[in-house]
Amino acid sequence: MTAQASPPVGPRRSDYPGLGLLRGLLLSEYFVLYLTIAYFAVASFFFPALLEPRNISNQLSNIWPLLAVAIGQTFVIIIAGIDLSLGATMGIASVAGAVVMTSAADKLLLGGSPLWGWALTEQGGVLANHPAALPVAIAAILGTGLVIGLVNGVFIARFKLPPFMMTLVTSMLFAAMAIWLTQSQNIVNLPDSFTNLGNGDIVSVYFGEKLTPEIKRRDILPFVTYPMLISLALAFAAHLLLSRTVFGRQVYAVGNNSRAAQISGVPVRRTILLVFVIAGFCAAVAAILYAARLEAGRPTIGAGSALLDIIGAVVIGGTSLAGGKGKISWTVVGVVFFVLLSNTLNYMRLSAFHIDVVKGLIILAAALLDVLRTRLARMRG
Amino acid sequence: MTDTVLSIRDVGKNFFGVTVLSNVSLDVGRGRVLGLVGQNGAGKSTLMNIVGGNLRSDTGSMEIDGAPYSPASAREAEHRGVAFIHQELNLFSNLSIAENIFISAMPRGPGGLVDRRELRRRTASLLAEVELDLSPDTLVERLSPGERQLVEVTKALQLDANIVIFDEPTTSLTPRETTKLFALIRRLREAGKAVIYISHILADIENLADDVAVLRDGRLVEFGVRADLPAARMINLMLGRDIDQLYPPHKSVAEPAVLLEARALSLRGVIKDVSFSLQRGEVLGFFGLMGAGRTELARILFGLDRFDQGELRINGQPMRNHSAEGAIRAGMAFITENRREEGLMMNASIAENIALASLTELSNLAGVIDGRTLVERAGDFATKLQIKSGAIGATPARSLSGGNQQKVVIAKWLMSRPVIFLLDEPTRGIDVAAKYEIYSIINDLAASGSSVIFISSEIEEVMAMADRILVMRQGEISGEFTRDQFRKEGILRAAFGEQEKVA
Repeated sequence: MTAQASPPVGPRRSDYPGLGLLRGLLLSEYFVLYLTIAYFAVASFFFPALLEPRNISNQLSNIWPLLAVAIGQTFVIIIAGIDLSLGATMGIASVAGAVVMTSAADKLLLGGSPLWGWALTEQGGVLANHPAALPVAIAAILGTGLVIGLVNGVFIARFKLPPFMMTLVTSMLFAAMAIWLTQSQNIVNLPDSFTNLGNGDIVSVYFGEKLTPEIKRRDILPFVTYPMLISLALAFAAHLLLSRTVFGRQVYAVGNNSRAAQISGVPVRRTILLVFVIAGFCAAVAAILYAARLEAGRPTIGAGSALLDIIGAVVIGGTSLAGGKGKISWTVVGVVFFVLLSNTLNYMRLSAFHIDVVKGLIILAAALLDVLRTRLARMRG
Repeated sequence: MTDTVLSIRDVGKNFFGVTVLSNVSLDVGRGRVLGLVGQNGAGKSTLMNIVGGNLRSDTGSMEIDGAPYSPASAREAEHRGVAFIHQELNLFSNLSIAENIFISAMPRGPGGLVDRRELRRRTASLLAEVELDLSPDTLVERLSPGERQLVEVTKALQLDANIVIFDEPTTSLTPRETTKLFALIRRLREAGKAVIYISHILADIENLADDVAVLRDGRLVEFGVRADLPAARMINLMLGRDIDQLYPPHKSVAEPAVLLEARALSLRGVIKDVSFSLQRGEVLGFFGLMGAGRTELARILFGLDRFDQGELRINGQPMRNHSAEGAIRAGMAFITENRREEGLMMNASIAENIALASLTELSNLAGVIDGRTLVERAGDFATKLQIKSGAIGATPARSLSGGNQQKVVIAKWLMSRPVIFLLDEPTRGIDVAAKYEIYSIINDLAASGSSVIFISSEIEEVMAMADRILVMRQGEISGEFTRDQFRKEGILRAAFGEQEKVA
């Protein structure tokens, strides 16, 4: 036996304690939560205004609708899909609801709409000032979301269209339809019962000295609001669905390995279909929250960089684009981080374009982080 | 053998603490064909993967033409003149023959663009060399397995490799294609190349090889010129012990009750007129060559593919257009031949994998599953099958060895309490010890009243395990053998077709 050196063995990873800590942090489920806290601490040092109650109240109200729609996207990304139509769904769903319940419409603005004269007149929508307007409008919004989700789901599950392609098409289709129906106008004059959903508060706080007997309404800051309850309830329900039910396990199984799932008796097609229906429903809930806050049905609610926020928040939370891995709690953290990020970027007086550039880069970083974490986990495993 | 091209010295390798190769020393000579034989799991593929740069050895060294050789990658091995033609071919089926052959060395024209004319011209001349009468532009997906094999060889020629390794090249070839391949190998030898030829078909080894090396349990047990090693001696050396020790003793526990009955099942172009019945407690072996229709039949039985014609009854209940869910409800389990693609969720935990086929049973009426119960119940099965792993709720399936991964798949199906097991190549790619465990599990299943359909391409394995063997050929059942009729030659003849001369 000739003495021959065996291949050189590199230094073991555990030889560097600092690296080990970094690895542990990177691999931690709540890495983004720690990052968010650290970022908030640093940012509030530079921009103390971030900590002002008015700002916090404002940012909270930005969080809830985004959370609702991001929950839907989380389901889709867990099955290794993507839903690009959620923005358009929000737009057209808000229009559908607003058209039902608006109490007056301007002929000058909306006279060109194909709805004008039968579904929409100067006296408003079909159910203008009717007591059933609110429930029917909400049903219309949710129904629109469900139908779009169903269309996406059927084509993707049944005809095996790539989710990217299918939802890109429905996104274009419904965004264009929303604009056509409204001639690009907002549908305003919504009943108070609806707008209260967005503005109505449960716990509000007045900060400051009581100098005058009357406190102005706008100085009372809402913290616990209807949108908060609605979004958190949706998040909680989604969390239970994903983590505690047969359906939830099946969603992860499809994302992890759909062939193995099928052979193990998972109804793969039904699971995919339901996931897209859930996504449409979540987008519709978000549409209610946005429309109530804006006091209008707006065809372009989800246009522009909204889609970036919806996907970005989920991916930053840690849900893997490769499928099979993700949690609602991660998405909650991702949404908070994303809203906080936009907030600080605003304080930096960046233009909307610059903000999008930064957001894009952050999503890129998040996607890279996902790859890195997968690789680190594999090395450890 | 004076002119040594490749010399292997004391090479050893461990996987997960299991020694798969220890102190193997071999010389491969210029202009010679070395036949490498051994049981599955004897270490042939591991050794060749080390030579081919896919694996690194834990101990020992190698030399090519006297210079140290320890390839870190397949690419480096190629640069040193080693071409490895794998059992599972490494071709891109969506690309043309020419693009495949020159994938890592596309001829460039001005501006760095691919010179397609040159590409075509050089491919055409290479194809002429291997007597493959095809256009360089033909897409690989249109080729037969044999033609693909020859394209793979052509790729090696293009690299101008000095050492060419063939790993079981004839498993999917027709007799004519095999003859063509052998002629080519002889020409490689005449051109002064060193050829390493791995095969289970000892007749081919006798036919081709100049030298023979026999591996058993990771050790080199014999190395010499072929003339000194007749087939009978090779077998003795390969086994090294009584065949009974490789397999648990066979005990037939079949009862008359029929659990599954197929009558004239057909799917156009896939299977034809397949009729058989499966008794309770029976282990029914399905033998055949690759592509004989066995996996396809299993998929049809399990409801993953439909059948055109015929009848299928499970437990007396007629099945038609059923889904996998329906098959599972009817009491079937399907352990597929490729764990990675169809068996496991590699990134999910062991517990989640085991529970996957039993989610409904684990849940209450509202569809709610308690995570702790799931891990506990899965744990029972992991313990029962002695799956060696960390915490099953946290350890991902991908971190396990092949044998333990296969046990996870089996545990998944045990949990769903089936009565009919479809096992498709259940011991492929797992070590000898794990194989023995899997065989024991199969016997236990039969003893507990389950029926097993056991698909295998390893004839010794089927003969040792099955109560009865059905042989498939070109989508049809071409032979049936009860245990007292088990003769290797007859079974192989049925698999190859009568006109084929077999070992």
